[in-house]
Amino acid sequence: MATQEIKKQSPKVYIDRPDHLSGGHRLCAGCGAPVILRQVLMGAGDSPVVVSNATGCVEVSTTIYPYTAWKDSYIHSAFENAAATISGVEAALISLKKQGKVTEDFKLLSVAGDGGSYDIGLQAISGALERYHDIVILCYDNGAYMNTGFQRSAATPKGAWTTTSPVGKVRPGKNQQRKNLTEIAIAHNIPYVAQASPHNFRDLIYKAEKAFAVKGPAFLNVLSPCPRGWRSKESDSIQLAEAMVKSNYWPLFEVENGVYKINYDPKKRKGAVADWMKQQGRFRHLFTPENEWIVEETQEMTDYQWERLKAMEEATARFAPQEAAEAQEPAE
Amino acid sequence: MAQTEAKTLAITGNGAVSLAMKQVDPDVVAAYPITPQTDVVQNFSQYVANGDVKAEFVTAESEHSAMSACIGSAAAGARTMTATSSAGYALMVEVCFVAASMRLPIIMTTVNRALSGPINIHCDHSDSMLGRDSGWLQIYNEDAQEAYDATVMSFPIAEHKDVRLPLMNMYDGFIISGAIGPLKPLSAEQVQEFIGQAPDYPRLLDAKNPVTMGPFDGLHGWYFEQKIAQNIAMDNALDVIQDTYDRFYELTGRRYEHLMKYRMDDAEIAVVVANSAAGNARAIVDKLRNEGIKAGVIKLRTFRPFPVKQYAEALADVKVVGVMDRADSFGAPGGPLYMEVLTSLYQEGQCAKAVNFIYGLGGRDVFPQNIEDVYRRLDAIAKGEQDAPRERVYVNTKGM
Repeated sequence: MATQEIKKQSPKVYIDRPDHLSGGHRLCAGCGAPVILRQVLMGAGDSPVVVSNATGCVEVSTTIYPYTAWKDSYIHSAFENAAATISGVEAALISLKKQGKVTEDFKLLSVAGDGGSYDIGLQAISGALERYHDIVILCYDNGAYMNTGFQRSAATPKGAWTTTSPVGKVRPGKNQQRKNLTEIAIAHNIPYVAQASPHNFRDLIYKAEKAFAVKGPAFLNVLSPCPRGWRSKESDSIQLAEAMVKSNYWPLFEVENGVYKINYDPKKRKGAVADWMKQQGRFRHLFTPENEWIVEETQEMTDYQWERLKAMEEATARFAPQEAAEAQEPAE
Repeated sequence: MAQTEAKTLAITGNGAVSLAMKQVDPDVVAAYPITPQTDVVQNFSQYVANGDVKAEFVTAESEHSAMSACIGSAAAGARTMTATSSAGYALMVEVCFVAASMRLPIIMTTVNRALSGPINIHCDHSDSMLGRDSGWLQIYNEDAQEAYDATVMSFPIAEHKDVRLPLMNMYDGFIISGAIGPLKPLSAEQVQEFIGQAPDYPRLLDAKNPVTMGPFDGLHGWYFEQKIAQNIAMDNALDVIQDTYDRFYELTGRRYEHLMKYRMDDAEIAVVVANSAAGNARAIVDKLRNEGIKAGVIKLRTFRPFPVKQYAEALADVKVVGVMDRADSFGAPGGPLYMEVLTSLYQEGQCAKAVNFIYGLGGRDVFPQNIEDVYRRLDAIAKGEQDAPRERVYVNTKGM
């Protein structure tokens, strides 16, 4: 299907799609990951899917032997290699279809957290994107190694407390700003890259559907609230994701064949990073006179990244195919 | 099947194995180049470029990803191959354990090369010996012909329903991989008939019967039993391998056994050795036999599973055995092969004298004189002129 035919649908349309992940998995209350997975897999419609999953929260909570929450075929082999594993599945699919040994179509999805994507799995993801497999690579980014008890990753925000960037007399949490994995994926010149959040489910499902539809690799980076690691209330998860998007910290945008499109533009920024940082215990120590500079720096970084993103949208607009640009819905 | 008279090619070890890969024409190859395996990947790339094979070729960005892609491919239901050496194998090892535990019959050529450091591109067996506990079947090969034959024979062994284990074939880097030797190849049709179709097994690419592979064992605890099942499959492989060797003999007239005995019938001293050095050992044995010394050679083929009874039987009447290791296990009682051979003797209640010779590390030459020295020492021990040293004996070292 051409991606310009894919439009954001009403919730009614999405809710009638088959559920690929069953209930009864053991992810925490308030966890973003299963919400994201359901939404992403709604983008696969009724097509069978093969899911390749890195070691992590989703893996240990959905496949506790002898149970499985997966209605599709699923494989976990190690932490750093979900994207390499799905590369092999894709090669097998091409080969066996060519020989008539497999007749069905499958959507292929690789799933990893930020540890398995920004850090240990980065090479495998980069290799898979460059080899141009027809796959979707999903990162659910909760900003640390939450499965093993909140160790810092390259996705952990500056100043955040984790168990390997603890707060002490001389250190105020993590010392470094986060890596921009979405831009790294874009630099692979692949057909589709998008950033999304589970609070805007229509936007996320629409992006997943596009990611599955394009011929070639697609990368989705989705913000995933983690009450345990963020030290936040379970009931606040979706609202926190929304606040992080509205402050422009986690912009919703997509890059199709190199053309940037911002999907949610608040025009004038709604709220500051301090608003949602205050709701998360991992940032509690930052609201002191000696540490407030980290909040300010994060705000400055956020504003800069947002302006840069808008500039990229403007700069790449002239490369958009005309008909496709008209067919797309205006931003919400 | 009738024996066939094939023409003889002059070909490198890597050329022979890539020819076998072309004739097998698996569904998927995922690989990464490394010296001295590189020609295998290059040759296969050329077959793909020429349209000579149907295989999908995944040019992975590392050996870790190559083996991970092999896992995905084999789990999806595709016949899958790869090749590596040395550091590349070491990088794979984490996921090699996963491949074995998932019971995926991936076939890998491991061209033996020393592990770093210091970095050294030449032959020893430290790479494949690193994986001796990984759950892979391991077959060692002396020359291009053996490596070719082993590649063809791998499929009925690894894919057998009582085995279902990944299999690696070894031969010596440069000495065999890059040197030209004779090869009597089969025809592609003979290869296809011999390997047949892989038996059906649950696979990812079955929309009607979706399957969860590699689940988390954390709470209910079947890990232990899973490991026992891998060992049962290893035990089963002993017969499956020999049956496959026998069937191959029917086709080619080339006879293979778990261990290849040379002039062992009345041998009083013997050497156990793997891969290319076996040829030197046979030549020395011929020389010693002319002097009336009852010497023999046991060439290792099957290392995993280790054929304990066959070693005990072969060494039953031997007074002194020299076990030649082209790899070491630092701090252990000896090299890996030495420990396996001694354990086999002990399990069968035998106690021949044994000496461990470490040779050829990092590609150090092993000259006929070095092998002769080994046998002369065994002979002196057998005659009571010397005691058997308990420590390793290093062969052809400098300044030590």
